[in-house]
Amino acid sequence: MKKLALCTLVFAAILALGCGRSETPKEKTAIDIKGSDTMVNLMSSMAENFMKGHAGKNVAVTGGGSGTGIAALLNGTTDICAASRTMLGKEYDLAKQKGLSPQEFVIGMDGLAVFVNPQNTVDSLTLDQIKQIFQGQITDWSQLGGQPGEVVVLSRESNSGTYVYFKEHVLAKGDFVNSARLMTSTAALVQEVSSNANAIGYGGEAYGHDSKVKMLNVRKTADSPAIFPTETTVREGTYPIARPLFLYTNGVPAGLIKEFIDYCNAPEGQRIVREVGYVPLKG
Amino acid sequence: MTELSRQYWKARVIRYFFQSCAITSILIVVLVFLFLGRESLPFIQKFGLSELFNPVWQPVSFEDEQFGMLALISGSLLVTFLATLIAVPFGVISAIYIAEMASPVEREIWKPVIEMLAGIPSVVLGFFGLVVVAPLVKEVFHLSSGLNALTGALLLALMAIPTIITISEDAIRNVPNSYKEASYSLGASKLQTIWKVTVPAALSGIVAAVMLGIGRVVGETMAVMMVTGNAAIISFSPTESVRTMTATVAAEMGEVPFGSDHYHALFVIGIVLLLMTFALNMVAQRVLKKYRIG
Repeated sequence: MKKLALCTLVFAAILALGCGRSETPKEKTAIDIKGSDTMVNLMSSMAENFMKGHAGKNVAVTGGGSGTGIAALLNGTTDICAASRTMLGKEYDLAKQKGLSPQEFVIGMDGLAVFVNPQNTVDSLTLDQIKQIFQGQITDWSQLGGQPGEVVVLSRESNSGTYVYFKEHVLAKGDFVNSARLMTSTAALVQEVSSNANAIGYGGEAYGHDSKVKMLNVRKTADSPAIFPTETTVREGTYPIARPLFLYTNGVPAGLIKEFIDYCNAPEGQRIVREVGYVPLKG
Repeated sequence: MTELSRQYWKARVIRYFFQSCAITSILIVVLVFLFLGRESLPFIQKFGLSELFNPVWQPVSFEDEQFGMLALISGSLLVTFLATLIAVPFGVISAIYIAEMASPVEREIWKPVIEMLAGIPSVVLGFFGLVVVAPLVKEVFHLSSGLNALTGALLLALMAIPTIITISEDAIRNVPNSYKEASYSLGASKLQTIWKVTVPAALSGIVAAVMLGIGRVVGETMAVMMVTGNAAIISFSPTESVRTMTATVAAEMGEVPFGSDHYHALFVIGIVLLLMTFALNMVAQRVLKKYRIG
C-alpha cells in the first residue's frame, strides 16, 4: 500500500514537472486577446496586420465584454485583455489576491455618441439633460423642445463596458431608469433607434457614421458650446463623453506580447485605430 | 467455463451496461440539482428567500446593488402565458386540419415545411423579430416601441407551434378508425366527429404536445433576449418591455465576477427556472393520467 502511494507521488511529480516545462516554451508563438465587444473589430484588424509582418506568429481575438476579458486575464486564460473601461477596485483586489500585477496601456480613444432617430428635431443636449433622460426624470421629447412623444430609453446590457462607463461618467454613478430597454449589442441598439422616432441610445461614435441614426451635439453645461463627436473633439477632450481604449497584461509584457503592444502604439497600429473608426492618440 | 455460464455472464454484463446508462441520466439530474443548490446557497443565506419577492433587479450599480427576482419571474410568466395563448389554438387547429381534412398531397407539403420551421435557429428568428416583427407590432398597435412582451410571445409561439402541430397530429392520426366509423354510422357529421370523438380520444397526446411546446417557450433564451427589451419592470401589459429569467442568466453570466453575490443570484434564478419546469412536468403527468382514454 505504501509502495503504491509512493509510486503515485513520484508519477504525479514527473507529470507536474513535465507540464511545467511545456507551459514555458522558450519563444511564445501565439497570443490570445479577449475582452471588450467594442474593441473586437479593432483588435481583429490589428491582429491580422500584425501577423502579416510576423510570419509563423498567431494572434487570436475573442469578444465577450470588458468584464469577461478582465476575468479571463485574472484566471490566466488570456494573454492580453482588451477593455473599454478601467479595471475596477474589486478587480484589482482580486488580482492582488492571486499575486498578479496587471499593467495598463492606452491604444486609442473612443467617443461615446448619443444616438437619436434622424426624424428627431432635437439636435443638442446638455450632459445634465442626458442624465435626466436616462434616469427617467425627462419622459417626453416636448420637454426638450422636440416633437411630443414618449422618450424610449435604450441602454446596453450590464455586461458591457460601455454600460458601466456611461453609468459612471454620464449618470454620475446613478442607476438607469428601470424601464430602460437593455439591448444585447450596439448593432441591435442602432437598429432600434433607426426604426423608432422616439428612441434614444448611446454607443461608440464609430456606429453613428452611417445615416441610419443621428448623433447629438453635447454640451458640458448649459452655457458651454454644443460639441459634435469627431476625431479632433474626442482627442482634444472637448467632446464631453470620451473614453480611452485599454489593453491589460499580467505583469510587464515581454516577448511576443510586448511586440504586439508596441505594434499597436506604432504609427502603423495607430493608422488601424483610425481606419476602424476610433481616435488615434496623436493627430 | 461452460457455455451456459458464459451466456449467464454475458447477460449480466449487458444488463449492468443498460442499467448504468439508465442510472446516468438520473445521476445527471441529481448532480444538476446539487450543483445549483450549492452555488445558490450563499445567496439565500445572505439575503433570505424574501429577495424572490423584491421587485428591483439592479445587479450592477454604484449606489445600491439589488437582486429582486419578482420582475424576472413575472416577466417569464407573462411571455410564456401570451405565447401559449397564441400557439395552442393555432397549433391544435392546424394539427386537426392536417390530420383530418387535408388531402394527402397537401399533407406532403405541410409536414416538411412545418419541420423546417422547427429547425430555424432561435438567433435567426430573434434577428427576424428585431428587424421585421418589432417594427410591425409597433406600427399596428401604435406603441412607443416594438420591443415588448408581445413581440417576444409571437416569436416564442412560432417556435412552439411546430412541436405542438407535429405531436398533436400524430396523436390525432393514431385514433383508431373504428371510433370515427362508429360516430359516422350514428349519423354524426365530419365536424361533429372531429370535436366529439377524435379530439377527445387524442386529448392525452394533445396535452403532451402543448406541455412540450410550453417547455420550449419557458426555456427559450436567445430570441426573447433580442426582442423583449429586457427592462426589469413588473407589468401585466403585453405592450410593456419584460426581462425574462433565461435572458437575465444568459446576458449576465459572462460578465459576473466569480463568487460574488450577483454570481450566486444567477444560480438562484436557475433553481427557480428548474422548479418551474419541474412543476410544469408534474401537472402534465397528472393531466395525462386523468384524460387517458382507450
